[in-house]
Amino acid sequence: MVKLTKENSLNALVAMTLLVVPFIALAIDEPFYITLATRVAIFALAGVGLNLALGLGGLVSFGHAAFFGLGGYAAGILASHALNYEPIFTVPFEVNGTTEMLIIWLVAILVSGLAALFIGLFSLRTTGVYFIMITLAFAQMIYYFAISWPAYGGEDGLSIYVRNKFPGVNTLDPLSFFLIAFCVLMLAVLLVFVLKNSRFGAALQAARQNDERLSAVGIHPFNIRLTAFVVSAMITGLAGALYADLNRFVSPNMFSWHTSGEIMIFVILGGVGRMFGPIVGAALFILFEFVFGGLTEHWMLFLGLVLLVVVLFARGGLIGFITGKVRHE
Amino acid sequence: MSDLLKISGIETFYGHSQALFGVDLQVNEGEVVALMGRNGMGKTTTIASICGLEKYSAGSASFKGIDLGPLPSHKIARLGIGLVPEGRRCFPNLTVYENLIAAARPGDWTLDRVNALFPRLQERYDQYANTLSGGEQQMLAVGRALMTNPTLLILDEATEGLAPVIRQEIWQAVRDLKAAGQSILIVDKTLSELLPIADRCVILEKGTTVWTGSPDQLTRDLENRYLGV
Repeated sequence: MVKLTKENSLNALVAMTLLVVPFIALAIDEPFYITLATRVAIFALAGVGLNLALGLGGLVSFGHAAFFGLGGYAAGILASHALNYEPIFTVPFEVNGTTEMLIIWLVAILVSGLAALFIGLFSLRTTGVYFIMITLAFAQMIYYFAISWPAYGGEDGLSIYVRNKFPGVNTLDPLSFFLIAFCVLMLAVLLVFVLKNSRFGAALQAARQNDERLSAVGIHPFNIRLTAFVVSAMITGLAGALYADLNRFVSPNMFSWHTSGEIMIFVILGGVGRMFGPIVGAALFILFEFVFGGLTEHWMLFLGLVLLVVVLFARGGLIGFITGKVRHE
Repeated sequence: MSDLLKISGIETFYGHSQALFGVDLQVNEGEVVALMGRNGMGKTTTIASICGLEKYSAGSASFKGIDLGPLPSHKIARLGIGLVPEGRRCFPNLTVYENLIAAARPGDWTLDRVNALFPRLQERYDQYANTLSGGEQQMLAVGRALMTNPTLLILDEATEGLAPVIRQEIWQAVRDLKAAGQSILIVDKTLSELLPIADRCVILEKGTTVWTGSPDQLTRDLENRYLGV
């Protein structure tokens, strides 16, 4: 049972605001704002993924762009092959592309999860700054690979000419696509909430606090962290697939360290370990880009100042600043 | 009674410093064994070596006949060794409930049974461990170890630094556990409480086992020589 705390009330308000904005935009005939809200939902989803690893597990991954990009490229590659009527590969058996979103999501989740399993097996043997650097290095390796892979556009990226299909929904309608992204976001938040309040969540947070004590009660901290890292990557990978569909375009920039930094900014701005922190962080990021981006190309300067203030004076992010501190601070 | 834990001549080093020079110890099923000795004689290091938190370099240790030497600490715990470490080491930023469920494994010990043993814990379910009193943290540490459903419970200085009333609660819980047939290896300095519940005593001196016997056999001379009382 969810208690009616100040934070839960704020979370409900945040979710309702995000849900209402596109309907208002539709009413005033400004579809651009629907796209903005969709971007918020998708970026927030990527942040929700990172928040599981960073907020609960203390895993400062600076390579989540790898999973965001892999999810995006999974969508892009599957869709482009389907539209070109060319199989992805024929040996040992033929695999064709698809424009079905549900299948694309499944592939994006699997690919991101497998990549996280591989990256995690190496990177989770380290801690602190070494973990940050190894995750960054893996993401950059994939970034440079994507740049130098001409089959899928190389540095120019890959276009998806028609938005992928979702059963019973016209995905080309901006509001419908927003609602899909919003529902996926809420499901991901629910998943993280359930995990956080389960035995797994308790063990993950315990691993963040003390490895030795967790081992002494029979739980291997490495396995707990690896599981969290993989689930976290799967959520971020799914965000990547949605982002590819939103823009109908994927490029190696999705893998770049800037993207990893942005996902981390969503989490820190909203509040590390806060369930709705990434949504608030992503909304603020998009708002700054929209408001100050029109004034100057150096709009990130303003965001940087806000980030500085949050880190110095509101360690629980904006949600923590409003609702008070919790254990993570 | 069959032997549960058997340690023969283990030697443990911290870097180049040798802490254990040959410890022998045995705990049988359903038995309470008191591990005794003055400060710095190797009691905690012996426990750390059993639990795999420190690796011994010589000798042997087995639990239910399984060699503990090559096993990492989490696998040793899963064999059925529950540790209540010195200093009430709970997970400070987890709630009481989270501390208990994080460790839970299937068996006779459930949340309800732990609550029956320590009713105070249930009253503090939503409180973070670092906001509990010392005594409550100790109860939580014992409860957490019991939630792993251990065959052998190891208590390292479980009553140290606690108020007399709370100590009595902890000792009562230990007596209840003994009555329920729980095997226990216990380190404590309060001989007046420890000796009546111990089936056997093992005394360490400078990292070596120097005496093993029943509490009845522990003479004033031995106490003066090895326990400093």
